[in-house]
This record gives sequence, structure tokens and C-alpha cells, in this order.
Amino acid sequence: MKKNILKNNVVQSLIASLSCIILGLFIGYVVLLFINPEGAWEAIITVIKNFFTYTKHEAQLKNLGNTLVKTAPLLMCALSVLFAYKVGLFNIGAAGQYVAGTCAALYAALAWHWSWLPCMIFAIASGAVLGAIVGVLKSYCNVNEVISGIMLNWISLYTTNMILNNVKEPTSPYTYQMASHGRDAVLPSLGIEKLFNGNKYVSIAIPLSILIAIIIAIVLDKTKFGYELKATGNNKNAAKYCGMAEKRNTILSLIIAGGLAGLGGSLLYQTGFEQWLCTASSVPGMGFNGIAATFLGGLDPIGTIFASYFIQHITTGGAYVDKTMYCSQISDLISAIIIYLCGFVFFLKYAMNKAIAAREEKKALKEKAIAEKASEGGEK
Amino acid sequence: MLLLVQYTLVFASVLMLVALGGCFSEHSGVINLGLEGIMVIGALGGALMMRYAPEGTVGFPLVMLTLIAAIVFAMAYSSLLGVACINFKADQTIVGTALNLMGTAGATVIVKAINTAEDVNNVSSTIQYIDQKKSFIVKIGDFEFSWFMLIAFIGLAIAYIVLYKTKFGLRLMACGEHPQAADSVGINVYKMRWAGVLISGVYGGLGGICYILSGVSEWKFENGVAGFGFLALAVMIFGQWKPTRIALAALLFGMFRALSNVYFGFDFLMSMNIPGSVYNMMPYIISLIILAFTSKKSRAPKAEGIPYDKGQR
Repeated sequence: MKKNILKNNVVQSLIASLSCIILGLFIGYVVLLFINPEGAWEAIITVIKNFFTYTKHEAQLKNLGNTLVKTAPLLMCALSVLFAYKVGLFNIGAAGQYVAGTCAALYAALAWHWSWLPCMIFAIASGAVLGAIVGVLKSYCNVNEVISGIMLNWISLYTTNMILNNVKEPTSPYTYQMASHGRDAVLPSLGIEKLFNGNKYVSIAIPLSILIAIIIAIVLDKTKFGYELKATGNNKNAAKYCGMAEKRNTILSLIIAGGLAGLGGSLLYQTGFEQWLCTASSVPGMGFNGIAATFLGGLDPIGTIFASYFIQHITTGGAYVDKTMYCSQISDLISAIIIYLCGFVFFLKYAMNKAIAAREEKKALKEKAIAEKASEGGEK
Repeated sequence: MLLLVQYTLVFASVLMLVALGGCFSEHSGVINLGLEGIMVIGALGGALMMRYAPEGTVGFPLVMLTLIAAIVFAMAYSSLLGVACINFKADQTIVGTALNLMGTAGATVIVKAINTAEDVNNVSSTIQYIDQKKSFIVKIGDFEFSWFMLIAFIGLAIAYIVLYKTKFGLRLMACGEHPQAADSVGINVYKMRWAGVLISGVYGGLGGICYILSGVSEWKFENGVAGFGFLALAVMIFGQWKPTRIALAALLFGMFRALSNVYFGFDFLMSMNIPGSVYNMMPYIISLIILAFTSKKSRAPKAEGIPYDKGQR
């Protein structure tokens, strides 16, 4: 019998994610219509087109590069959320771990003039420390990881402002330029920038992040450690009775998740693409967008690569909308709507499976009836 | 010192209101992580009302109109949580987080749109309400009494009476402890959970408008409410899901939050030469430490976070 293609889990996830995207964009369009009906269509197209708004091929390539530069850290944050989610933990602290990584990388680069690899490792370590705090609080003190994660987000934001204030430019609230004060820490590019019309911010960060996504996929699917993590996530008690150290696994997975988000901070700020604003009054959205990318990617590391790109694509696209009518936060709103819709994915899959099962049952009954009729005819 | 008391009371009012909202929702069995977003939307409703209220509305009518607007906005917004988590059995953590992000982003988009429509060069996300704010404050000597202190107290009394002294409240709590058992004696679990979520919207909205009116005379919606929704959840956990204890916990947390506003008024604190950022961090650090010690033996409603499915045993 031919297998129904809709039954395939990957296909179902794909359908679910695509419908989330389409619905999310549509609701975003409706919001734009309410604000100003005249330019709404143009604005939503601008958000979707992002760098295609440039007509010249060279400019398009360069801006594709810019989008990719920011996709790398977003992918790391998304992987961080994903890795913790496999153990049944919601790592909303990824935003804070990302900030901690940024702080470590920037301070090591600008104050101590370390070279790029030590800076990166330092960033991973500081993200991991934050992750460990959440993990220890969760497994030994039963503190909800969402609440402790949020608290740590704000703590690390204020700490980062305080620390990076020592390496900021005297005349502006931003930290020093990477190119002038931390040249050793700039990530090497290995010639990749030539693909993007000499975009100087393009570096090994982009291939590295994709490589890490693939490694995560292998760890989760093909190793004993990954299996234990997923088992702990599915049923904590069952895993415990099977002799898996669920407390150790919880802490370890959050350490890895923290390290991933910390690496995200290093991958963005060590390119010199952005400088940290030392008077920042809210936690950067990178970690929260990571949540959107994770769920949009169907909780699969490879799917997350594409989802991260999409989220970053519309976030960057938001910067191009006509500022006299709308603001760039419209893309934040769209990604928030997408996260909300992702909450319904479970129900959608359930409904799909139910519909397929009902149809197959009907078909089977029909075939049975035909077969019975045929056998009756034979007896006559 | 008086200033410290005043700010402590204001921030404690915010935390108490929002934590009571979370308390209602969790007792009905729904974890409301979206309180932060609900606060923002409530604040937006109130701020818009203050701005567009007919000229000359001052004093009591303005206060009432603002409160009603905040409540209506926040309730409507919290129904998004209800639909997803009660009717569609969505993951409450994801939906709550989405509500937070959507609240801040949505409010920013709306306020910016209003500002730019009036003046193309105005791209700020600020709403000003210097004059309107005066209606909310009564001066008693040097002490600025805010109506929200009274509202928080009334809210506390109502929460206590409703939860422990009425049929409705006891039924609501049953749905958070053991929904199947509640259903078997004829309580409509879905309705009760909806009630819990909507009531948390009412309290969350009041807390939101109270928060943005507490400090300065204008509010930048890009900043959301700076993690106050989550501080309130910490207050609720520290208060062990009981209204009276929540009130005491809110006073404690409120004091630490107030310190970051007024620490420069104390000579001995100034002489220690601690950077302002440390005071800003204080409430979050304290809540982490307190949670670490109190979460172990938590009195959380047993069935919270689990979508109710009629067919399940």
C-alpha cells in the first residue's frame, strides 16, 4: 500500500512551519493596514525582500552578507534554546547568556588585546557559567528555569553595561571599534568575504555556525549522550529509573546551551559589525528571536538553520520600511506572532493525523465491504 | 526616608497586583508567563486613554476611565493566552513567552505609529502624561499618596475573599489541583480556567498602568516593563500562592526595587560608592536567592501547566 506523504513527520513539520510563516506575515500585514493603509503592501513586501530592494547585484551580495553575519549568532541562540528544549527545559536565559558572551569577548579583545580564539573560548565559558547557574538552581533547588533565566538576563545586562563602560569611547556611549583597539580578536575570514563582494564583516562565523548545527544534530541523534538527554526530556522519572543521571544531564545540557549562546555573542561582536551600547536599557532581542527560530525550525537543528535565516531576513528587512509611516519593530512583531502561532503546531499535527486516520479507516471499511460483496457473489 | 517608603509602597502595589493576577491564573491551572506582556498592553490602554480622554477630564473620572481602559485592553490580550492554552492545549511556556514579545513589539509599533502620524520627525515610542498623572496623586505633607496603593489594597482584599470565602474561588482552586476530580462533580474546568486567565488579565493590566505611572512622567514603550512581570511571578512563588503572604513578599521586593530609585538620598549608601547598576540589579539578585531557598518545598497548584483533556485519566 502506498504510504501517505502527509503522515511523514518532517513533511508535517514543514507544513506547520510554512503555515505559521504565512499566517504571521498576513497578520503583520493587517497590522500595517490598520496603521496606514496606503503603504502597507509595499512595506510588507520590503520586509520580505530585504536586500533584494537593492537593484545592483553587488549591493545585493553585500547586504546578503550583512544578513548572514547576523544569522550566525541568531543560529547559535536558536541552537541553545533547542538543545535545552530537548531535555524539557525552556532556555529563555539564552538572551542573557548571549549578553555574557558578548561582554567576555569584547572585554578580552578591547582591554586585554587577546587574539580571536581565546576571546571566543572566554565567551563560551562565560555563557556556560550562566547556564550552569540556571541548571544548578533547577535541579537542586527546583527553581523554574524561565524565571531564573529572566532574572539572569537582567543581571547580565547591567553587569555588562558596567564592565564594558571601561572600554568605551570617550565621546560616545559605544565600545571601541574592533578594527582599532582589538585587531587581533577580529575573526579570520579565510577569503570567504570575496563571495560577498568584499563585505569585510563576513568571516568564518557563518560556516562555523552551520558546522555546529550539524554537530548538534549528530550529538542528539547518534550518540548515547544525546539519547539520554532526549529520554530525560520525554519522561524525567522514567529516565531516572533507567539509571540515567537526570540531574547531571539537566545541568550539563544547560551548560552546553549557555556555551552555545555565549558563542553567539562572540560570533557577532568579534566581526566588528556592531559595537555594544553601554547604556542599553533592554536585553538584546537576539536570544528571544532565537526562540522563534527554534520553534519555526520544527525543533530540528537542520531546520533551525533555515528558520534562523528567515527570522534574520525579515528582521533586517524591517530596517528598510518607510520610516515616515512605520517603524522597524514591525518585524519583531511578526516574529513574536510566529512564536505565538508555533504554540498551535502540536494541535495542527494532531488534527492532521486524526484526519488521515479517519480517512484511512473509511477507506479500509469500504474495501472490506467490497471484498465481502465479491465473496458473496462468488458463493451464489 | 519618606521617599523610600513612598517608592516602596508604589512598587509593592505593582508587584502585589500582578502577583495576585498570576495567583488566580495558576490556581485555575494555567501558568501565566505572559504577565509581562499583559502589563505592557494594559499600560498601553491606560496611557492611550489618558492621552485621548476629552479635554478637561481630571480627577476621579479620569482615574476611572484610565483604569477601565487598562483593564479592557489587558483582558482582551490575556484571552489570547486562554484560547491557545485552554482550547487548543498549546504549550503554556511558549505562548506566554510569545505574549511577552508580542506585547512589547506591538505596543512600540502602535505608539510609534501614533507619534509619527502626528509629526513625521517624531520616531520616539514615548507617551507623555505629565498633567494627567497629577490626578492619580494626593499630597499628604511631603508624602505623595498614589491611588494605586489603595487599589492594590482593595485588590488584595478582593482576592482573599474570592479565593477562600466564595464557592467560585474554591472551585477555581480545585481546577488547579485536580481538574478531573473537579469535572466529576460537575465543575466546568474550561470555564474556570478561562475565568482564572481573564482575572489575571484584570490584575495584570492594573499593575501595568500602575508601573508606568509610578516613576517618571512619560513612558518609553520600547522598554516594556523591565522584567516586572517575572519579578511578580517570583513574588508569587515566594508568597506560596497565598494572597496575604504575597502582600508581604511584594513589600520586601518593592523595597529593593525602590532602593535603586532613591539610594542617592542615603549618605551611608552613597559613602559605600557602589555603582548605580548594582542597585538596578538588586531586585533580580535578591529574587534569585530567595527563589533558591523557597522553591524546594513549593505549594504550587498540582495540575498547573498541564492542559486539561476531558478524555484523559
